[in-house]
Order: sequence, then C-alpha cells, then structure tokens
Amino acid sequence: MTAHPTSPYFKDNAHEALQDEQLQKALSNVRQGFIDKRAAVAAKLPEFEALRDSARDIKNHTLANLDLYLEAWENKVTDSGGHVHWARTAEEARQAIVDICRKAGAKTVTKGKSMISEEINLNAAIEAAGMTPVETDLGEYIIQLRNEAPSHIIAPAVHLNATQVESDFRRVHTHLDPNRDLSEPVQLLTEARQVLREKFLAADVGITGANFLIAETGTSVIVTNEGNGDLTQILPKIHIVVASLEKLVPTLDDVSQILRVLARSATGQEMSVYTTFSTGPRRPGDVDGPEEYHVVVLDNGRSAMLGTSFQDMLRCIRCGACMNHCPVYHAVGGHAYGWVYPGPMGAVLSPSLIGVDKAGHLPNASTFCGRCESVCPVRIPLPKMMRHWREQEFERHLTPATVRSGLGLWAFFAKRPALYQFASNLGMKAMAWFGRDKGKFKSLPFAGGWTDYRDFPAPQGGTFQEQWKARKGGRA
Amino acid sequence: MSARDEIFASVRRSLGVNGHEMPRREAVRERIAKAPRGIVPERGQLSGEALLTLFEEQALSTLATIDRVKGRDKVPDAIADYLRRSNLPARLRMGADERLAAMPWDKTALEISHGKSDGSDLIAVNHAFAGVAETGTLIITSGPDNPSTLNFLPDYAIVVVDAKDVRGAYEDVWQRLRERDGKGHMPRTVNWITGPSRSGDIEQKLLLGAHGPRSVHIVLVE
Amino acid sequence: MADTTPTPPPRVALFATCLVDLMRPSIGMATAKLLEDAGCIVEVPSQTCCGQPAFNSGDRDTARALAEQMIAAFEGYDYIVAPSGSCAGQVRKHYPELFKHDPNLARRADAVAEKTYELTSFLVDVLGVREVDAVCAGTATYHDSCSGLRELGVKKQPRTLLASVDGLTLTEMNENEVCCGFGGTFAVKYGEISDSIVTKKAENIEDAKPQMLLAGDLGCLMNMAGKLSRRGSRIEVRHVAEVLAGMTDLPPIGVPEKETGR
Repeated sequence: MTAHPTSPYFKDNAHEALQDEQLQKALSNVRQGFIDKRAAVAAKLPEFEALRDSARDIKNHTLANLDLYLEAWENKVTDSGGHVHWARTAEEARQAIVDICRKAGAKTVTKGKSMISEEINLNAAIEAAGMTPVETDLGEYIIQLRNEAPSHIIAPAVHLNATQVESDFRRVHTHLDPNRDLSEPVQLLTEARQVLREKFLAADVGITGANFLIAETGTSVIVTNEGNGDLTQILPKIHIVVASLEKLVPTLDDVSQILRVLARSATGQEMSVYTTFSTGPRRPGDVDGPEEYHVVVLDNGRSAMLGTSFQDMLRCIRCGACMNHCPVYHAVGGHAYGWVYPGPMGAVLSPSLIGVDKAGHLPNASTFCGRCESVCPVRIPLPKMMRHWREQEFERHLTPATVRSGLGLWAFFAKRPALYQFASNLGMKAMAWFGRDKGKFKSLPFAGGWTDYRDFPAPQGGTFQEQWKARKGGRA
Repeated sequence: MSARDEIFASVRRSLGVNGHEMPRREAVRERIAKAPRGIVPERGQLSGEALLTLFEEQALSTLATIDRVKGRDKVPDAIADYLRRSNLPARLRMGADERLAAMPWDKTALEISHGKSDGSDLIAVNHAFAGVAETGTLIITSGPDNPSTLNFLPDYAIVVVDAKDVRGAYEDVWQRLRERDGKGHMPRTVNWITGPSRSGDIEQKLLLGAHGPRSVHIVLVE
Repeated sequence: MADTTPTPPPRVALFATCLVDLMRPSIGMATAKLLEDAGCIVEVPSQTCCGQPAFNSGDRDTARALAEQMIAAFEGYDYIVAPSGSCAGQVRKHYPELFKHDPNLARRADAVAEKTYELTSFLVDVLGVREVDAVCAGTATYHDSCSGLRELGVKKQPRTLLASVDGLTLTEMNENEVCCGFGGTFAVKYGEISDSIVTKKAENIEDAKPQMLLAGDLGCLMNMAGKLSRRGSRIEVRHVAEVLAGMTDLPPIGVPEKETGR
C-alpha cells in the first residue's frame, strides 16, 4: 500500500532489494525482455523518431493551453451526458469516488489498472467505506492479494515469480483443490480468469484510469492488453474514470500520434491489444454499457508544476520505458523507491508530489547515464530534471553535510589553479608511492562507498600538467 | 472557491495567463476544429491489394487469424468452416447489425442468437466499422448492432470487416467516423482491437486469453 | 595543378580532465601524441576541472565559477579536445545551459562548446583520420561510456580507429551501451547500487573473454578496473587513447610497474 512513502529510507530499501535473490532474478526479466522488444519494434517503423517529436510537441502545446483544453473537454463530457468532478487533492478525489459508489449502493467495485488510484490510495478508502475493491489487471490482482504496491507502472507484479503467485492464490482462493496443478503460469492465469470473471459480472461500479482525455470529443481512453479495463467499464451500471489533469490531448488525430509511440515504448508492441475510447454513458438503444459516466480529475500538485522547470515532466505518458532501461531500477526494483512511481520518471515526479524532503534520495540515485531520456517517447529530459532537484536540495541545504563539505574543499582548490596544481602534484606523488606495490588500494579513508566493493587504482604519480611542462622544458 | 475554480486559477497562475487571451483561445479553437494530421507512417498510406495484404500480415503478427472471402454471402460458410476446423460448437451470438443480418446464415447449420452477452457465450461475431492496416487493428463502434460485451466476454471473438472499410492509418478512420456521427461526436465506445487478449504479468511470459477472448478470428470480405 | 596553399595546422588546446591529470597522465600524453600525429599544434592551458561534479551535485555557483575559469583559459584556441566523453559533454552540452541567462557569457560559452570535442570523435569526424600508427597484439572489448555515447554520439569513431591498430581484434561484449555504474559521486554515495551495476558489467566483460578492456573515460575505467581487480580478473584495463598511441608498454590501470606482463 502506498499511503506512507518509504522513500526517505531509499538506501535501506535498496540494500534489502540487493540481498533478495528472488527479486534479483525477477529483475533480470525486465533487463532482458522489454529492451530488445522496444528496440526491434522501433526499428520497424522509420517514422518512430519523428513521431516522438510529434508526441512531445502535442503534449507541450496542450500543457501551454491546459486551462482552455480542460474547459473544452469538460463541455464535451457534459454534452455527452457524463459528469466531471474536480479534485484538488487526493482526499477530494477519494471522497468524490466513495460518494458516487455509496450513492449507487455499491458492494463490489472492480478496478482497471490505474496509477492515479495508487497515488490517491483509493482501495483503502473504498474498503473503509465498507465496499470491496477488486483489482482486475492480473498483476494488480496479484499484488492486491499480497497487500503490496506495484513495483512497475506497467508491470505491477514484475518483482514476483510464479511460485509466489501460486502460494498467494492457494492462500486466498480457498475453493482451490490442493491437488490441482498450478505450477505453470498459464494455469495461474486460468484460475485468475475464473475468479475475476465472477467479480466482473457482480460489480456495481467499475473504476478505470485514463491514458488520455480528448478535448475534441470529451472522450477518455484506456490502453490494455488483457481486456480487464473494458470488462470493468462496460459491465457495471456506473463507470468512474479517475485521471490527472495532464492527460489532456486536443484531438483524435493527436491521440493517434501518441498511441503510435506508447505501446512501442512500453511493451514493444506496435499497438496494445485494446485501445478503448469512451464517451459518456450508454446511449438510447444501447443494450450494454454503463448508465452513468463520471470523470474525477485530479490536480494533487500538478498545476503548480506548470511554468516551472518541472513542467516537461507533465508530458509523461506512463509507458515505463525509462525504468525498463534504467541500471538503478534493474539493480533495486520498484519498491525501493518507496512510493507509487519508481524509476527515472518517479525520481522526478515523486519529489513534486510528496516533497523533496521525503523523496530527495530518488533524483540523487542516478548515474546520469541518460538512457532513460534516450528512450522516452515524449523526450522528457529526465537527467536534467533530476539535476534540478539536486539544485533545489543544495540551495535548501538538504544535501548531506559530508557531500557539501567535500565538494566545498574540492571547489576551493579547483578555483585556484596554481595552488591546485602544486597540491595535486604532491598529493598524487604521495598516493602513487603508497600504492606502488599493489598498483591499487583495497581500502581508502572517506571512500568506503568505493573500496567496500572494488579496488581503487593507484595513480601513476605526478600530474599530467607537470609532465607536460617537463616535456616542453626538455624540448626547449 | 470551488475545487474546479481553484484548479483553473492555479493552472492559469502557473502558466501566467488569464484564459481570455484571444490568440490562445483562437489557437485552441482552431486545433480542435481542424484536427490537423500529424505524421502518418508510409506503411499507413498504401491502397488496393497492398493495403489488404499489409492488414492481413499485421493482423497475423498480433496472433489473430484471418480468412479472406469474396462476397458477403460467403461469410456464414467461412465462419462455419472456421468453427469446424477449430473443434468449436456451431453456436454464435451476434447483435442487430444489418450487414450481418443480411447474410445467408440459414444455409449453414449454425445456431444463432442475438443480443449482448451475459458471459455465457463461447463464440460471438461482430461487424467492424473499419480495419487499420498499419497495425492490423479492428475498429468496432458500440450500439445495439455490435454490442461491446460481444468483444470481450466470449472466449472466441469473430469479427467481420469489409475490405472497402480497411484503411491505411487510424486518422483515416477518424475521418470516416466524423462523417458518420458528426465532428466532435463519438459513439459511447470505440474499441480498437489488435489481436487476442493477453498478459505478461507472470514472469513476463506471454499468455493469451487473460480476461478477453483467447482468440480473434477476422473474416475479411472482398 | 592542385591547390597547394597550405592550411595552417589547427591549434588545439588539450583538456586533460582532472582525473587524467591526477591519476593517469599517460592518457594525456597519448592524446597529445595522437593530435600531433594528425597534424595539430597541441597546447595545454593551465587547467583544473570542468566543474561537472559541482554541476551534477546541484551546486550551480561553483559549476559556473569553474566553467568561467575554463572558458577564459580555453577560448583562444581553434579546438578544445579531451580524452573523455563525459567532460567534453559537460562543455559541449551543459556550458550553454549554465550561462543561458547571461548574454555575454552565453556567447562565449556557446563558442567554446561548439569547438570542444571528445578525442576519437575529433580525430575521425573533424580531422578525417581513419587509421593510426600503432601495434597491439591481442583481443579487446570496448565499453561505450554513457555521456560520450548519448550526449556526443561517440560509437563508431573509437572502433574505426581501433580497427587500424595492427594485431588488435575487437570482440563486442553484451550490453556494451549499458552504464558501468560509475556516475561520478554516485559510485561513493550509492556504493552498494553502483556495485550491483558494475558487477553485471564485469560479468559481461568477462564473458567476452578479451585480454583488454578499453573505454574513452577514465572514471568508468577506474570503476571497471577496480571491480575486475577485486574479482581477481586478469583482464587489462586501458584508455583507448593509450592503445591508439601505441603506449601499451605502460602498466594497465591498477597494476603496479613491476607486474607489467605484456
């Protein structure tokens, strides 16, 4: 569950994750699976890079005019018979959703996969109101049984293996014959399909997220592979969409541009299996579909990001490519980040939403290798924005004192070239002398973070600038 | 101040705007009105047989199956044959689509029922509004003709699509839908379906039939 | 008749980078040799650091002060060349950003940025060098350091030049574009995570079974050399410039003089 961020304990979380052999094995699936698939499918579409530019430009244009697109979209939703609810905070969003469910006398509430519902910790609120929330995305269902948060924004259970899933099913599905074989993933899927089919048919309210909200038509869009989102929204009497306000795009043509880069970047598919455009409730003559259609629009700190150096983050379309390509995510997995959004996008977004005082580790725990930015379908400069957070931390004196003083000492010398060259030449000669036998150091004071894990190569001795002067002197 | 007003005020404060700027309003109005096309991949600009071939290839690559038939009156036979080949019962559920209704089902042994699905149907057939060649995608619009539940509840989804309704790119289909329903208007649901339901949530292994159909069979009518 | 007007040789300022200056001067010497062999006049202006550690730690004031110092020292040359994609990337990509609100310095920063290059890309892309005069018998694998690869597009250039080294065979490792886990201060601040990343890198290096590991950035090389050494590997770790300059008689990174095995 995601109510209380453990992001301040990122280092401890990471330590635990690195010791967890099962998790490490699961993470190797991410490292191998997503990357090759994305590369292959991108290579098959010559226009892919140009489409990334196009997607970026559409989102930039929308964000610059977000107030007007929200107005246009709201009018269209209302015209088509839907209801829009505005929520400044997570609490307001939870309240709006619980109120709709209560009014409907709901008992069972099915849910499609929605990161916003994780952000607002919706399931706890639904339970507290005496109703049963049922996650229907297979991965989300599994982690709901385990009372865990998703560890990846598009593959919530990527940290688990089939044996763990089997034991969770046996624990919760008490109807299961102990002799029934569930050792294969396909058998687990069959079991989940049967259990969830009943829930779909029994649900009174269905809640989905939205990948996009379209101003031209007042439409919400979900993108899934399982079809759970569709069963969630067409079977119950009430469909509630919960979405944050930056999901707006102007037109159907614009959303088509972005869809061309979304699945390719996310799962390496050319298109996800189900892309569903929903506009208002059931129409006269319709034989299925919901009788009510509500959209809860969440701000929760996003409007304050506009006009700042973090505005570009609001382009994010939640494909997960950044974390799929991140060496730090590959090492520690999603839970270590300690809040809803892991990986590079989380390292930028989480400090905005829960405060840099809590999430300060996240933008620091990056090598700035830049692979995230190189694959981001909307070209968010993720390393640059992590650096912006580091600047804010430095300005607010949140940077650890040891780092600050080390940096200060180094800067003192680096700003004085003559002193620097004199001192460094002596220093390197001394260090080379100490390291002359082994050519390396097994431990060094103040650098345990390095030498606990690897040797520190000894310097050759003297500095290049000194040698260069000597060479020139020799020549003259 | 209501939550709505406060959110709009906050958005405008951050953007440094007041919402009354004519150039901005005009730019937004024009974008929505004109819905400019962006980049349409070259492969989405084919026509004739090349277009249909791409549609077929792309559909197959999504693990859908496809039969091509000449003429609407061949559809029932083709479906009966598909069900036989797949060892499936000769029983179908469908909506009120006139194109489907006009087909000679009575010349086959298929048992047909009509209406939405309540989850008890094994096999259903819908008629697509369009097909999109660039990704082998089927586009089905909701309504009594082709109820949305038929796309998701049965284990086996059969979708009939007219060759003349196959387009290269998504944008072409939006254009046709605007012509049918009016600019700015949408059916309750537009489903893009690209292959059978699947999940990779357990150990990244691809499994078909997660919640929706395990199989999608396309009948392309020329 | 061919045009025989002689083009004056370019005056190149060698920016050794602080790591090379302090830890491994031979890389600076190798860089100078390669530039001189290619017909450049090489000079070494008084230098300390490009300011990247401060920049990446969020200390903009120090980053600006060091950048200004560097701009003043280097702006008078035709080109600025560094044996590092990371430091060249800092100047080329980030100096303009540091001064974008200061019109006078922005102009100077842009000018310096435009003529700053990573060594192998300068040799290949600017000077048109395709081969070097070097011998090095053995097999090597090449790690693409992140900044050079993704900020400057350094990928083919070192391979083009290495292909001309007499006796050298290049064997690519898996995931050669994946970060080694160095990340400057990251390697110390998040040592345990850095270790996990460099361990995977070391496995990929070892699986390629090379005699040598090469790369274009000393920070990454020290990280990988330190890990390989801790794992007891005998793979020699060198900067690509040293191999291209034929300076492989020196002990590799992290190996003492007396053990020089080659």
